[in-house]
Amino acid sequence: MTVSEPRTPHAVSAVTDAGEGTDEERALFESVIADDKRIEPRDWMPSAYRRTLVRQMSQHAHSEIIGMQPEANWITRAPSLKRKAILMAKVQDEAGHGLYLYSATETLGTGRDVLNDQLIQGKARYSSIFNYPAPTWADMGAIGWLVDGAAIVNQVPLCRASFGPYARAMVRICKEESFHQRQGFEILLELMQGTQAQQEMAQDAVNRWFAPSLMMFGPPDAESTNSAQSMAWNIKRFSNDELRQRFVDMLVPQAEVLGITFPDPELAWNEERGHYDFGELDWDEFAEVLAGRGPCNAQRLQRRRDAHNDGAWVREAAAAYARKTAGRAVEGAAA
Amino acid sequence: MSVTDKPVTDKAVTHKPVTDQVENQAVANSSTGQTAVPSTAVAEYALGLGDDALILAQQLGQWISRAPELEEDVALANIALDLLGHARQLLSYAGRAWDKSEDDLAYFRDEPEFRSVHLVEQPNGDFAHTIVRQLIFSSYQFELYSELVKSTDPMIQAIAAKAVKEVDYHRDHAVQWTLRLGIGTDQSHARMATALIDLWPYVDELFHDHAVTKDGKLKSELSGIAVVPSTLRARFDSRTAEVLERAELTAPATFIARGGGRRGVHSEYLGPLLAEMQVLARQHPGASW
Ligand SMILES: [Fe+2]
Ligand SMILES: [Fe+2]
Repeated sequence: MTVSEPRTPHAVSAVTDAGEGTDEERALFESVIADDKRIEPRDWMPSAYRRTLVRQMSQHAHSEIIGMQPEANWITRAPSLKRKAILMAKVQDEAGHGLYLYSATETLGTGRDVLNDQLIQGKARYSSIFNYPAPTWADMGAIGWLVDGAAIVNQVPLCRASFGPYARAMVRICKEESFHQRQGFEILLELMQGTQAQQEMAQDAVNRWFAPSLMMFGPPDAESTNSAQSMAWNIKRFSNDELRQRFVDMLVPQAEVLGITFPDPELAWNEERGHYDFGELDWDEFAEVLAGRGPCNAQRLQRRRDAHNDGAWVREAAAAYARKTAGRAVEGAAA
Repeated sequence: MSVTDKPVTDKAVTHKPVTDQVENQAVANSSTGQTAVPSTAVAEYALGLGDDALILAQQLGQWISRAPELEEDVALANIALDLLGHARQLLSYAGRAWDKSEDDLAYFRDEPEFRSVHLVEQPNGDFAHTIVRQLIFSSYQFELYSELVKSTDPMIQAIAAKAVKEVDYHRDHAVQWTLRLGIGTDQSHARMATALIDLWPYVDELFHDHAVTKDGKLKSELSGIAVVPSTLRARFDSRTAEVLERAELTAPATFIARGGGRRGVHSEYLGPLLAEMQVLARQHPGASW
């Protein structure tokens, strides 16, 4: 496994659609990006920059929302009241992350209704990791440790993303994600210090989540299509492979503390590189899951669709009530 | 629905950091002394209150990831977390009388040993049922905890003092939704009317006195500590009547369910709920998590 050299940030021009905006607007945008400052919603921006952000931020929001499901499934069965409270609060945090991100996306002019429709109609993507099942309690540990852990590695650089509302949402979210990772680690630690059945449960969960969590960073750099432009725009700061390496380097010592192993015979310290080497990932599986043919794609989307449809009458009632009472207030004021 | 006209109070969207929730218990314990052991009568009283909170928290937890809108996933989780916090404090306190932990009591008692009322055992149903159940329960609980802040038992007093503020929010949340659904559309109004018919029979049991009285008077061991539930009824009735009237709804004239939860006689719904809640803990007896 080789890791590409850090890229020069301005290999690609920040403004791609040369026909857009006035010379002045384009120059201002370019200088904000060049100075590594923030673009705000009212600022002029190239339409491709806006589209890229709407796509990335809404995918991120959808991931938070779909990601609630595998863990929410364990709230009712959590094996202690303390764990039940922590898990409930965690899943609630993820709903909060979805809300921040939808709000941040709305500042770019695309409403939550539109984004939600794209999700439930199966037209939008979300992180493929949530299409894997969580059959045991140890999955709550593995998801927190590996999935929230990978999310942090991905998202910490996004706290410096060039679009202000996204960067600020990421700052809030990253704080909570690091709690989640620690809690996942604690679940596994408790299991690894427990009975043999608990230890086996923990190891089994890590065996299942390890490779999918590494694939959360996206395809290898050589095949990553959007990366160069996103880097030029200061949305993305590090390549997929760089982040994946950083994640593996972070995990290995933590796994040693847990006494847990990873299902990768090639995982080994490389003195020369100063990093851990690891084996090739199964990118065919990644493509399958991404294409909607993972173990839980259908049920995750169906659950979201059901919640949306079952709640339609509630949202309609709330809207009707708001209209009626607004009318009453006006009448009252007139009288 | 856009972010600006979301029909929830601000509090509902600001979810609490995980640490707050989980440290609830430590706060109450440290402020009142870890070691106080309640008498059996006080422990049984705390157990009844704790079981109500636990069972309702378990039910509300099922909404998370299934609510009508994201703000409600957050709001219902808030309420569930508050109730779970109350349950943990009450069960931990009760358990000291029998040398049992909160988890011993939650996971290793069988159905007849639970002391929850039938109202909290009723299923979530549609959102209207969940709201009506919450309106009834938090209205009752608000009156109850408002009295228990005067309890001479320091632990009960401390739990009630913290809980009453949270329950006030639960009640407000239920009131706001009762208004929206009662007045909103014909469909929402009809669903609320149905939910009231289904759930109103379980109101009476909340105000049954037999668990805390002997010969028609508060048991001497509970004197100054517990509340006689029937004394809360008038305030409950007037407050709920006022809300229902504003929501263009009425409390239905209906039958009164027998109750019996405080004696361990439960509805059919409790067994499956406990089976799900307890399954993993019972697969690994003695394990810690
Ligand atoms: Fe998150
Ligand atoms: Fe998270």
